[in-house]
Amino acid sequence: MRADFRGLNLKALWQGLMRDGGSGDRIVPPTGFTAHLTLFSAGAMAFLAVFALALALATGRLADRWASELAGSVTVRVSAPSGEQDAATRAAMQVLSTTPGAGQPRLLPPDEVAGLLAPWFGPDMPVDALPVPSLIDLPIASEDFDAEGLRLRLQAEAPAATLDDHTEWRRPLVTAANRLRMLGIVSLLLIAAASASMITLAAKAALAANGQVIRVLRLIGARDITIATAFVRRFTKRAAVGATVGTLCGMAGIAMLPGMDAAGGFLTGLGFQGWGWLLPLLIPVVAAAVGFFATRWAALKMLGAVR
Amino acid sequence: MRDVGFGYHGGAELLSNMTLTLQPGMFHFLTGPSGSGKTTLLRLCYADLLPTSGQMVAFGDDLRELSRDGIADLRRRVGVVHQDTQFLDHLPVAENVALPLSVSGQPVDMEALRDLLGWVGLTHHARAMPPSLSGGERQRAALARAVILSPDLMLADEPTGNLDWDMSVRLMQLLIELNKSGKTVLVATHDLNLIRATKAQVAARVLRIGNGTLNLAGADL
Repeated sequence: MRADFRGLNLKALWQGLMRDGGSGDRIVPPTGFTAHLTLFSAGAMAFLAVFALALALATGRLADRWASELAGSVTVRVSAPSGEQDAATRAAMQVLSTTPGAGQPRLLPPDEVAGLLAPWFGPDMPVDALPVPSLIDLPIASEDFDAEGLRLRLQAEAPAATLDDHTEWRRPLVTAANRLRMLGIVSLLLIAAASASMITLAAKAALAANGQVIRVLRLIGARDITIATAFVRRFTKRAAVGATVGTLCGMAGIAMLPGMDAAGGFLTGLGFQGWGWLLPLLIPVVAAAVGFFATRWAALKMLGAVR
Repeated sequence: MRDVGFGYHGGAELLSNMTLTLQPGMFHFLTGPSGSGKTTLLRLCYADLLPTSGQMVAFGDDLRELSRDGIADLRRRVGVVHQDTQFLDHLPVAENVALPLSVSGQPVDMEALRDLLGWVGLTHHARAMPPSLSGGERQRAALARAVILSPDLMLADEPTGNLDWDMSVRLMQLLIELNKSGKTVLVATHDLNLIRATKAQVAARVLRIGNGTLNLAGADL
């Protein structure tokens, strides 16, 4: 009994994947149609899984970055008539430097402000001639920081200053990015489930087509696990090979996406970065595991009906 | 088998209250008209069917109590030549004959396999595919496959049903040789001439089945 259960251990599974043929495999006739179906399905699903994984990782990074920036600092804009601008800015700096939970406020120098406006006005625009408000960057140092309290203080002590804590426009984006990440993960799960269903159907078709073979094998003393293993090894191998090809194609597609600089803006970071390139390599392993368990379940269930 | 009854799909009993003990090392014939239940009785012996009443015991095990793996183990101890010889048509004859070894995880001794094929006269057909064999060759290949695990009990269901007389005698000769080597043999056949010819060479017990009951045949056989 134990000898037959060798098909369950990882070493035997690995050998089964790597070895071609063998007397155990030969008891099942070649099945061209289901072989091609399984290879194609596994390849297509792996290709889609690479993109779903890339989407999940990219949106995750985006959500994390936006969330950390949201919590990292706030901006105070000081806009007063030209003669009162400096006094209003000093008053605002005074309020900010005594704000609990905040770090040292930093008044953005004119060249940095000009840099921020360059995308809208172009590099040659004489920014000095414009009534540009003063911008103060205030880092958030601890959880004691109270944005609403600061807003009220500014209204009272520096009415020309306006607090922009980025929340209003960034929070929906963070929510959207988190939901996209969830969609990516759900897509991966659906792809795995669809792959399992297709492999199960293909395995069932192969088992049904080989009903007479199974009957003969049972009559000469083959145990269920021996017969099932012949089918399991074959379908596991096909799922792994198909998924490897699909994954490599998907990774090539991701690698050929425009670079971060070229894409710019919202699309920056879509794809894999650093160790993230290793993650898609797990897809063939998962596909093989899905093939293994789906075929094993289908085979043992069907064999139960043969005495 | 003790007080065994059997009916297909819950219908009327084809076999009823049958009691039979196969004598170890003895040659047995099971005879009776077509539809009398010969094949059914043999299928009960290798647990392809379960009795609807009574008890079947083989090698100390109640066949009702056997797990699926237990049934597989039983079939490794019972060699069967089926009425419709069934092979894996995508494998050559030699691999079909060695199949019980493969599925039970035992190594194939190529020399022993050649000897076995020689014993049934199929040495030159080792690489042939089963569909290319004649009826007699298929029966002999089935016999070789049935004995390759050196079973304790040999069952043959109408093994000569589609063979001419010479080929039938040749096949029976192989079964007699097996019996003389100590194997218990049970052959189901309706061919009384074949039974008489065999009894001239070996002491055989003849069981007659009919009307759902089993009796020892009289002196005419």
